[in-house]
Amino acid sequence: MVMIARRDVFQAIADPTRRTILSLLLAQAMTPNALAEHFNSSRQAVSKHVSVLADCGLVRQEQSGREIYYHLNTQKMKEIDAWLEPFRKLWEGRFGQLDTLLDKLKKQ
Amino acid sequence: MINTLETKITRDPSGKKLIVTREFNAPLEKVWRAWTESSLLDEWWAPRPYKTETKSMDFKTGGRWLYVMVSPQGEQHFCKVSFKSIEPQKSFTAVDSFCDENGNDSGIAPSMHWYTRFQTAGDGTLVTVEVSFDSAADLEKIVEMGFQQGFTMAHGNLDELLAKY
Repeated sequence: MVMIARRDVFQAIADPTRRTILSLLLAQAMTPNALAEHFNSSRQAVSKHVSVLADCGLVRQEQSGREIYYHLNTQKMKEIDAWLEPFRKLWEGRFGQLDTLLDKLKKQ
Repeated sequence: MINTLETKITRDPSGKKLIVTREFNAPLEKVWRAWTESSLLDEWWAPRPYKTETKSMDFKTGGRWLYVMVSPQGEQHFCKVSFKSIEPQKSFTAVDSFCDENGNDSGIAPSMHWYTRFQTAGDGTLVTVEVSFDSAADLEKIVEMGFQQGFTMAHGNLDELLAKY
């Protein structure tokens, strides 16, 4: 079950436009128009990407007065931090080697 | 021995910056040396199974470290770190980019701006690395490449494991 949920998130973020949408919403909630202004593609194309993100729970819509705002689901963002995992592994591997080296230096 | 040293990575809300923090069980002066002397960097900088080979090192403001990352198959990737400012035993800033064997930018990956700080923490040393990019898109590109590198590393480790049997 967990695997399936995860894959959804990974599929959602596999697309560069969707990753940009997430980065923008990370800074602030945005209306569909404000969001679309950041892209060359049509508003429809952008909202299609947003609905993929909404489907896997990364983005939710909220009505505020006459406007709809897209919000980032911060809880779900923890899951998306999985996209930094390989990056973390790279650093952890590197730092593990540094630990070994520092042990050697301390004995000198 | 239980390893309690945790590598923390957080993203800056701008989407253009990653902040990596890690404590090391060694005095600051030794950690500083490991980050700034090429013979020591060669021992740990490259993620396995890659190896680092220094071509030249001039650790001073305006100087650079030119090195090669060598894959187990002998594939070479030239990289350089250009030092912008240095506060001995405290911090340095630098730009890290891929280049050719003469140190000319190859542009195959976005440049990374480093701000590396060293602070004494108890008996150890806390290192904070701020890696920033020109744009959020650049950060994403690097993370994407990280995915690939992650896979390469996993394969390398598998090769190593298989070689034992």
